[in-house]
This record gives sequence, C-alpha cells and structure tokens, in this order.
Amino acid sequence: MERTKLTAKDFSSGLPVKWCPGCGDFAILNMLQKTMAGMGLPREKFAVISGIGCSSRFPYYVSTYGFHSIHGRALAVASGVKLSNPELSVWVITGDGDGLSIGGNHMLHAIRRNMGLKVVLFNNRIYALTKGQASPTTQPGTKTKTTPLGAIDYPFNPARFAVGLDCTFVARGLDTDIAGTSAILERAAKHNGTAFVEILQKCVPFSDKEFDPLKDPAGREDLLLRLQHGKPLIFGKEKNRGIVFRNFRPEIIEFRPGAAPAEVAVYDETSAEMAYLVSGFTQPDLPVPVGVFKETLKPSYEELYYDQVKVIGDTKEHELETLLAGPDAWEIK
Amino acid sequence: MNKNKPGRNVSVSQLSSVTVRFAGDSGDGIQLVGSQFANATAIAGNDLSTLPDYPAEIRAPAGSLAGVSGFQISFGDDSVLTPGNKPNVLMVMNPAALAVNLKSLHKGGVIIANSDAFTPAGLEKAGYTSNPLDDGSLANYRVIGVPVNALTEGALEGSGLTQAQVLKCKNFYLLGMLYWMYGLGTEVTLAWINTKFKKAPELAAANGKVLMAGYDYAETTEIFDARFQLKKSPVAPGKYRNLTGNEAAAYALITAAKLLKKKLFYGSYPITPASEILQTLSKHRSKDVVVFQAEDEIAAICASIGGAFAGELAATGTSGPGLSLKSEALGLAVIAELPLVVVNVQRGGPSTGLPTKTEQSDLLQAVYGRHGECPLVVLAASSPADCFNTTLEAARIAVKYMTPVIVLSNSYLSNGSEPFRIPKLSELPKFQAGPLPAPADYKSFMRDPETLARPWTWPGLAGYEHRVGGLEKAEGTGAISYDPENHERMTALRADKVARVVGEIPPTVMNGPAEGDLLVVGWGSTYGAIATAVSAARKVGMNVSAVHIRHIFPMPPDLGPIMRRFRKVLVPEENSGQLRLLLRSAHMLEPLGLNKVQGQPLNSDEVLARIHEILRGN
Repeated sequence: MERTKLTAKDFSSGLPVKWCPGCGDFAILNMLQKTMAGMGLPREKFAVISGIGCSSRFPYYVSTYGFHSIHGRALAVASGVKLSNPELSVWVITGDGDGLSIGGNHMLHAIRRNMGLKVVLFNNRIYALTKGQASPTTQPGTKTKTTPLGAIDYPFNPARFAVGLDCTFVARGLDTDIAGTSAILERAAKHNGTAFVEILQKCVPFSDKEFDPLKDPAGREDLLLRLQHGKPLIFGKEKNRGIVFRNFRPEIIEFRPGAAPAEVAVYDETSAEMAYLVSGFTQPDLPVPVGVFKETLKPSYEELYYDQVKVIGDTKEHELETLLAGPDAWEIK
Repeated sequence: MNKNKPGRNVSVSQLSSVTVRFAGDSGDGIQLVGSQFANATAIAGNDLSTLPDYPAEIRAPAGSLAGVSGFQISFGDDSVLTPGNKPNVLMVMNPAALAVNLKSLHKGGVIIANSDAFTPAGLEKAGYTSNPLDDGSLANYRVIGVPVNALTEGALEGSGLTQAQVLKCKNFYLLGMLYWMYGLGTEVTLAWINTKFKKAPELAAANGKVLMAGYDYAETTEIFDARFQLKKSPVAPGKYRNLTGNEAAAYALITAAKLLKKKLFYGSYPITPASEILQTLSKHRSKDVVVFQAEDEIAAICASIGGAFAGELAATGTSGPGLSLKSEALGLAVIAELPLVVVNVQRGGPSTGLPTKTEQSDLLQAVYGRHGECPLVVLAASSPADCFNTTLEAARIAVKYMTPVIVLSNSYLSNGSEPFRIPKLSELPKFQAGPLPAPADYKSFMRDPETLARPWTWPGLAGYEHRVGGLEKAEGTGAISYDPENHERMTALRADKVARVVGEIPPTVMNGPAEGDLLVVGWGSTYGAIATAVSAARKVGMNVSAVHIRHIFPMPPDLGPIMRRFRKVLVPEENSGQLRLLLRSAHMLEPLGLNKVQGQPLNSDEVLARIHEILRGN
C-alpha cells in the first residue's frame, strides 16, 4: 500500500490538550509531531513512553502507540519496548523530577547502555503536577512550597549529567526557540543510541520566572551560547564576545564584530572533553549553551544484543526439544 | 559392578529408599558431589528428590559452623516425594559439618567422616572439647572414620600436582566410596569430570583417579561391612533429565514463548534464590529469548511490562524483597491489562531475613500486596518439576486473560531437583491470545465476552495505535476517565476477569477417600511431605485424605464442598497460617494449622505427628 506523506497533523490524537495556557509543552508537542512526520516512518512504528508529571501526559496527544507509565519508570518500560522490537522509534518524555529524581537510576543505566531511546527531558525546575515542590534542578535559594526558606540542595545540570555519563547524543534547547529546538529534535530522531535532549521551559503557575532572561529578545543573545560544530564559540548581540580556554578554564574575551582572534575555542561536538567543559557553563559568569553538546557513535545496546545472538539463529521447534533435553537426559523404556 | 573380592563376606541389603546428606565447608564442593550423586542414582533408575542447603555467606571461614554447606538426597524404588526427613547416612568433611548436622541424623544412622579434618584446631572451631569420632559420644550411630586427606594424597602421589590441587580432589574420594556402597556406576561422573576439566587433563586424570580410589577403598576395606542395593523405581517411559525448580521455570518460559510463536522477554535483577532463572535463560539467549539484566527490581518488571506492551511474552523473576519493589509496577500491569508472568521464589523474610532458606510466607503479599484494588492470578508450584507445568500454565492464563500471573516457588523447590520427563512439543497445549477485531472496530479496552480480556495489540501493528497507562480508563474505549461510576465498574470488571480464571481449574484431585475424619489441605512445596505423611497415616488405619492446590487465587471452586465433607481440616504451611486465613475468610471454616517458620521445609514426620495429635484428640 502506498503511503501518502504524513504531516504533523497526522500525529495528533485529536484529544483536547490539557496543559495550562502559556505552557511550553504545547510548543514542544508541535515540534515533536512535526519531527515525527518528517522521519518517513508510519505512525505504528512509533512508541511514545512517559512517566508521571505534566510533560508525561504527552503520549495521549500523539496518534502513535503510547504508554503513560508510572513515576520515574518511563526509561525502564521504554528499554523493554526497544529491546523487544528494535525497529521502533521509541521516544521517552520525562521531566526534571520524573527523570532525574525518582527515575534517576533508570536514566543513569539507559545512558550507560546506550539504549536506542530518544529522551526528551522537560526542565522547568519544579514539580508542577504536584503543585510546586522543589525538584532536583531547582536553583539554590529558590523558594517553593517545600523550601520556604530557599532551596539548599545543589541542583543537577541535566545536560552535564548526560555528558558526564558519556551519553552519545546530548543537546539543550529552549521551548520558545522553534528553529533551534526543532533542529535538535531532528538530529535526535536520527541518532542510533541514547539521545538526551534537555528542553528549558518555565511552569506558568509555579516557576514563571525561570529562564525568562534567556528568552527575552532584547537581551538573550548576550546570555546564550549557540553551539555549532566546527564553529568558534562566539556570542553576544553584536557577536563580539568569545570563549577562550586558558589551562582548561573558560574566559570571555571581547573583540570587534567579525574579528574574532584565533584563540577563541572552536566547538567540537565529537569531543567528550569539550562537551564536559562547555556543558558546565552557567549564569551569571558564563553564557548558557544551547544546541548539540555531543554526538559520538558507538553501537546501541539493542544492536550489540542482536549482533551477539545472530550466530545462534532461530530456535526451531526440534531444537527446543533438544534444548529441553540438555546434555544429561536418559531414556526410560 | 559387583566385583566382590573372593573370600570377603559382604551383606547386600535391599532397601526401598535412602536419604543421604553431604556436609562440609562451602568451599568443599559439597553441592557438586551431591548433584553428581543425584545424576548417578537417576541413571540407575531410582526416583529421587534433592535439597541443597547453603549458608548465606559465600565463603565463611573454613571449618566454622557458619560455613557449613549441605546437600541432601532421597532416592528409592517408589515415588520419592521429598528429599527425606532424617538422613540415614551423613557424610561430613569436617567437625563443624558434624556439629551442625548430627541432630538431624536417624539414631543408628551411618556417619562417614573425613577423620583427617578432626584435628585439635578443627575440633575447636566446631566447639568440640574432645574428638567425637573416638570419645564415645556417637555410640548411637555407626561411625566410619576415613583419613580422606591422606588417602587422596596417596592416590595422587607422583602426580606433580600441588598440595592444594591434590586436596581439592578429596570430595571425589568420598563420592567414590558412596558409589560402591549403593552399587552405582561411576561412568557418568567420570565423563562429567573429563568434560569439566577438558582444558586441564592433569586435573581430569587426578579427579577420576581419586573417585576410583574411593570406590576401590570401600570395596576393599573391612570397615564397610554392608552395601545397599535399591530396586529400580517404576516410572513412566520417556526421556528424563534431572531439573531444579528454577531451571524448570526457565525452560517453561522458553517453551511458552515457542508455543505462542513469540519472543520471550525476561527482565530480571539478581536475587537469591531466583537468580538461576536469569542465569539459565541467559545461557539460552537468542533472538527469540531476550534476556535483560536490569539495574534494579523495579526496572526489571517495568522493562518486562514494556516487552508485553511491545507484544512479546514477558516475564520477570524475583524473591520476596524484590516482589515488594515490583508491587507498584504490578498495579500498572493490572490496570493496563497486559500479560506478565512473575516467578516469585520465596525465601525467609521479612527484609533480608534468611536469604538462602525456604519459606512460604509471601502468599498474602502475592494475593493482596498492592495498592488499590488490584486482583491478579496466583499459582503455586508443588515440586521442582512442577515449576515447569505451573509456569507454563501461568503464561497461558496471562495471555488468555491479559493479566499478570504470579507463580509462587520457594528456595526448596528452586534449588531442589527431581527427574523431569521431557515433554514432546506436540504433547503441550498450543495457546494464543484472543482474536483481533478489524481496525475500524477496535477499541483498546473492548472485552472478550467470555474471558473479559481486552485485545492484545502492539507497536508495529498498523491501525491499532492506542495509548495505555496507569490512569483509570473509560470502559470500552480506554480513554482517560475520572467518572466515579466508571471507576467502580472498571474495578468490578478487573475483579470479574480474574475471577473467571476459575474456569481454567480442573476438579481438585483427592488423595484418599472423598470424606472422612481429616482433610489435609496443602499448597506449594509441602506437597511431598503431606503426601508421604497422609499415606503413612492411612496405612495405620487413620481416616485421612489430602488435597494440594496449585490455584491460590482464584481458588478451586470445589474446595469448599470438599472441605465440608471432612470433620476437620488441617493446613500445614511454612508460615504462620496464611492459606488458613484465606480459607477461613472464603469458606467460614476453622481449619487447624501446622506452621513452621524456621527456614527449613516441613517434613513428613512433622505432618504425621500433627495428624496423630489431631485424630487422637477425637
């Protein structure tokens, strides 16, 4: 049967979407539906799997196979799906609480195995569905319902967490940056191993100031470092600032627009070391990097698994009887 | 084999069954010797039943009481249902093994001891102030001291092996002696040694030599004035192998997937005493047998739920603490109505409890241990080989009813072994999930009117794309629903679906008359002990019957009427009365209990004693 080309609309389940007005989840949903439509795969070849949280309602709005599992376990469920059927494009939708707190162990091990999953982690630095408790990415000093005097936990930097685990694809985007984040999702879609995409967003009711400066058209280019493989680390509205590394320590230098000196570091997304240094950049001292931190290639878990058992081939019925008999069987007449 | 030297007068007794226990340091190769002995008895045509007993520590200090490892085997010419109660023969490698095991030996039983290990230091570690082999304290037993170290060294003189390598062979010396005593062939073990030490022919030669030296020593020396011969056990014709409960469960999962024409997806995390299921399946990995060692118990079950969602036969295995960790995810499998087999190999609890010992104390956890109203099917295996049949049935029910099924095994069944008749695939019932409607008619929570199962569809099937999850669903469509009455209806539907599994339960088999003074109701691993005790009680004229149930939830529908035909009901369990509680609440009866919570299996003597006690009180 010939298939007509699918559009983003074909990936909408048609259910009324129930996020708060102004939530970045709407934009991410649109971008992801468009990305899926562009992959050339029929809808039945997708599985969208989530845990618990606002972002985890995602599968209900996508017209593919979907599984809204339990808190923190999306990666474990998704690993079982991918390993059972490696032909599927398996997307995990999670958040800072679901993916890095209750589900931290599964995140760690899915990345360690390089399981072929596309992990989209919505980072709004708060527990939103449970109405406003501190999360593992809540910044120190932030007052929430569970940190009335200000948070004292040191927060995770999700992209750096993934880089530190040598995840084979790590990127960060903004929910409001449609062009940049869509480009990241398209690359994640094509990656063979674990693709980890952190998307910065605010929660309108519970963390409505988060990332505002990064999204303000007037000032954002002075605060964002847009990573491009093979290009120098230059930022600023006037493109007049750059990053140099002196003894592995990043420093900002200023120059005349268009006249960046050679000492400005050139980004290399195939370098785990570079990705580690740059993913550590945080405000207020350094610009916040967005784009692809790292893409390296190594076989995924499911590729290694099926390669390893290829030599064994099919377990035919008569072979099963041999298997059941084992080497020590005896016959009673 | 019977090459008695001329002039030697050896009596050959015919026995019906014998129980032997091997005991020594956990590094002494006790389990290895035990399993070799089991194979030799099986090949000689005896029925048998075995029970290993390990310490929790891998290597406790050599010679210490904590480090004693045991392996017990019963074999005989009749159906052998348990690994025996008190052993007739105790073979000990050191004083600690004697100290730990003496209390379980029959008065008049035989002790074969490695006398070389009964040194002042060894005796002190075991808490002896004098040597029991010669201080008269073992006057009620037949003690045979054999200087095994010296004899092994003698047999291997000039072999070029180190002292440590030589002494590692000594367990085969004792094994050789036992082979002679019971008229068993050494060929199987010699072949095994040659395979095992293929890469080290000098070790193969040494172990084989020591085995034969032990055999010849027993034949030649004057201290063995008796040997025993067992008649062959009458068993059904066919191909057999010796299988532990964990191996049987693993092979059942492979077989079930094959019958279903699907992959097996087994996600698990290592835990005693269930790890051998994971290991056995790992050995047989293929593109059809997908084994995933997960990062934790929760990931293990969640990955398996993912496997079920992806349309494969999914299973996981664990023990009590792991079942607790999996309970939230079991709720997900129940509400998402996905098929899943969970093999729970019970051990002594709570918490880490007695991790290497046996118990039946997870019954209530299996039936009720979840949040919300969360019914699922619970089955229990009654013998090592029955782990195969029970697990196979669990897979069939899981797929037919789209439900998780818990199989209760325990440490005793998982490590114990017995001959297993290898089925031909053609003899096994083919089974499959219910039929799929056309895509246009499909709704994810529509139900088969007979089983109430929803249709099983999976990613890759065009036209059946749907979303499932942990939220309550609207009846039929599967859309999220917070409607109060819908929730009540769905709760009732989930319960009704599991209740309909009673249709799978065959009439309960009566062991004994259909009515009488006492009915013994058992489940799981106590099968052998109860059957042996009840048969002994009937032989002395007592009016006792027994039933043994595999279906714990739902229960056999005829169990209530059966129980009411007896004046009294006794429920022996390796817990404080969990099945008894269920029977009482379901049938308004007051069964009597026999409860043992020692990490050790109930034995038939204990069951028989309780039967006597109850019927004497009549």
